[in-house]
Amino acid sequence: MVKVEFLGPIAREPMELEVASLAELSKVLFEEESIRPWLEKCAVAVNDVMVKDPNHPLKEGDRVSILPPVCGG
Amino acid sequence: MSDMELYEGPLNVKEIFGRWLDEEAESNYGAYIPFVGTIRAEDGIEALSFDIYEPVLRNWFDAWQAKAAERGARVKMAHSVGDVPVHTSSYVAAVFSPRRRVALELIEEFVEDFKANAPIWKYDVVEGRRIYAEDRSTPMEGAGVLADAKLGMRNEE
Repeated sequence: MVKVEFLGPIAREPMELEVASLAELSKVLFEEESIRPWLEKCAVAVNDVMVKDPNHPLKEGDRVSILPPVCGG
Repeated sequence: MSDMELYEGPLNVKEIFGRWLDEEAESNYGAYIPFVGTIRAEDGIEALSFDIYEPVLRNWFDAWQAKAAERGARVKMAHSVGDVPVHTSSYVAAVFSPRRRVALELIEEFVEDFKANAPIWKYDVVEGRRIYAEDRSTPMEGAGVLADAKLGMRNEE
């Protein structure tokens, strides 16, 4: 299982999914109406490390964080 | 105390800057450049409110500390979580360095990168309601990776 959490203003409970890559995860998330509008603008962290490679593999126990646009300060 | 501090509510700016000054009093830095972010009263807001994802913020900060160390400098920051009323402060940062030039450059790079890439979400508080400051927010570096991943898969099919 991979745990997916949605941070900041994305009002969505965490999900637990059987996915083996960001591509597979992406396919599931784009099917969710409440999440889809966010996805183009979101960055992704796996186990709290930012991921920029769309081919990044996922393994059992990984935690994926979906990070919408930011504004600190 | 760590060089990255988080607080519930507004920051006690004088205490933080005074303490940082004391902490580095014997470190032989020639320059100390502080930055204070204060909440302005505009558009009828009562406060700003902040969510922070601390693990990624800590990694971001540690990477900056390593970058500063390469130039003989040190960075510090403090930020608020939750509501921060207008005319109080939610963010302070500082650079210490042996000479002023490095500190002047670093404070600009650090504060600008903070704005762009620190995992912090801002909300306006109006009549007690939190409204995501979408129009002032920017996608982090690497945003869109999920859309790219989906595209890659479609090409393989």
